[in-house]
Amino acid sequence: MSRKWVISAATAAAALFIGLGAVQAADKKLVVGFSQIGSESGWRAAETKTAKAEADKRGIDLKISDAQQKQENQIKAVRSFVAQGVDAIFIAPVVATGWDSVLKEAKEAKIPVVLLDRQIETKDQSLYMTAVTSDTVHEGRVAGEWLAKQTGGKCAVVELQGTVGSSPAINRKKGFDEIVAKNPGMKIVRTQSGDFTRAKGKEVMESFIKAENGGKGICAVYAHNDDMAVGAIQAIKEAGLKPGKDILVVSIDGVPDIFKAMSEGEANATVELTPNMAGPAYDALIAFKKDGKAPPKWIQTESALFTPDTAKAEYERRKDAY
Amino acid sequence: MTLSAPGPARNLPQYGALFAVLLANWLLFPDFFAIRLQDGRLFGSLIDVLNRGAPVALLAIGMTMVIATRGVDLSVGAVMAISGAIAATMTGAGWSLPAVLAASLAAGLLCGLWNGLLVAVLRIQPIIATLILMVAGRGIAQLVTEGQIVTFTSPALAFIGSGSFLTVPMPVVLTIVVLAVTALLVRATALGLMIEAVGINRLSSAGAGVNTPVVLVAVYVWCGLCAAVAGLIVTADIRGADANNAGLWLELDAILAVVVGGTSLLGGRFGLVLSVVGALIIQSMNTGILLSGFKPEFNLIVKAGVLLVVLLLQSPTLTLFLPRPKGARPIGTVKPPVAPTSGGAKP
Repeated sequence: MSRKWVISAATAAAALFIGLGAVQAADKKLVVGFSQIGSESGWRAAETKTAKAEADKRGIDLKISDAQQKQENQIKAVRSFVAQGVDAIFIAPVVATGWDSVLKEAKEAKIPVVLLDRQIETKDQSLYMTAVTSDTVHEGRVAGEWLAKQTGGKCAVVELQGTVGSSPAINRKKGFDEIVAKNPGMKIVRTQSGDFTRAKGKEVMESFIKAENGGKGICAVYAHNDDMAVGAIQAIKEAGLKPGKDILVVSIDGVPDIFKAMSEGEANATVELTPNMAGPAYDALIAFKKDGKAPPKWIQTESALFTPDTAKAEYERRKDAY
Repeated sequence: MTLSAPGPARNLPQYGALFAVLLANWLLFPDFFAIRLQDGRLFGSLIDVLNRGAPVALLAIGMTMVIATRGVDLSVGAVMAISGAIAATMTGAGWSLPAVLAASLAAGLLCGLWNGLLVAVLRIQPIIATLILMVAGRGIAQLVTEGQIVTFTSPALAFIGSGSFLTVPMPVVLTIVVLAVTALLVRATALGLMIEAVGINRLSSAGAGVNTPVVLVAVYVWCGLCAAVAGLIVTADIRGADANNAGLWLELDAILAVVVGGTSLLGGRFGLVLSVVGALIIQSMNTGILLSGFKPEFNLIVKAGVLLVVLLLQSPTLTLFLPRPKGARPIGTVKPPVAPTSGGAKP
């Protein structure tokens, strides 16, 4: 009996403490609840880390809930944020559908919701304040433009696609294809899926090299993500060619390993998918709280292109963030 | 009836299919059989087939024995991820190659032991017992790598993936060694006989004096070890451990290789070399598709079509309608139980 009493007393005390904490924080600074998908990739971990760092910079109290890839956990987290009365809720939605009812609860509690790095499908656009995502078609375009400029618009490209049917793979191909269509001297001679992985990227590149006269017919490889590019670099090396010179390497994401490869002269360019999705969201939120001005429905993050000259410094800067 | 069923006739569908796929590759890509030396290492599309097929071939060797006992091991892909994660993480932390290899293989052994105990002692159905490690194993690997791709630069470990011995790529060498050792273990001793006996009827083999729990644990441990070697190869190959993707779905490729190789999922008679041939058929298709320039959307359809043909050639019902060479048995038929006296010997 006494044990039960101790437990309930402790629970009550904890609840009181949490409640007090929320009330006090609300007086002082903005409280943001962030429902993160999980930590399935290095990029995701970096996004969480950056969200914390950017919150500290602005004096925002960030509460992170890890959903472990499950939507029901995210819905629970949003409900608990509503119950705590936070000032805003950030969601990196694991799937696109099924958010309407929980977002309505947040709306009724007058808590603005910001979507990070992925969009949702809903008929009622008023359920969220804004979405901060990158434009994956634009990323493909940036990579293509760099390659067109670098080669004077004359290049036989082999393409390592992402997972067949995934939206980044479709869009990154689309953006790149637009540039190829504009340059008559540019041609995609081979394209295959490398499933966004290093191992498949290497295997597919090995075949491309054999299929294109031992790699002599290839001017550049365009990979839909850096990991496949890292695999392709190894395949190029094992074929006795020089990656970055004999075959140019351009890819998307900006993970530390590609910066390392660039600093060693084995890759030529990467388009960054910034893990700083929370930063622009905080700024939009602060502006909204100050003068009530709602941000646009879509805040597009910058797709910056990085080349070997800054690679070493960028690698040092990133290797701990990922 | 002799232990190893005679004749090339029984193996005809497998070798025929491999030949046909290689021929198709050659027609699609005339340089398919061209081989040259590159940095002291054989280089060519055919070498790619052997090299890329090595991990699945290794898994298939272990899987064949498990399936021969009427079991299945779904955890091999996850075990690959664990072994690779340990190898890359320890190499990054500065451990020497022998220590790294020992730890990775020990991890594979432990995983196999776990599966074996669940199946042999607790008598859980193999598909469920190994499903546990299939799911949890990838989590363990992610814990080891902290969810990131752990890259290493050690040339010693990388040698396992992209080095060569007498110009033959290391993954191929390792597969041949594991195949030879396994064949020696099961064919030069009574172990193979006992494995088949357990697969056909566990109760009567126990009655005949076969220590069935030991045989079962042994095959799962061996399967775990094979998976650990495969995990080392894929990790060494890309100079990094990718816990999310290493060995992902390869358990299904391995089961497919075994079945294409003619070993029945109902247990009993098994063919190690044929399973490796099965793995090579799958990989020849993969490489052929990559060389052909088909759109990636067609990959899986082409693969499924070819496999369907190979499996139809083995169908007991269909083979009745085909002219059968003398002495051949329809594949998939179960051998009668072995004589009890031969089962009493300890390995």
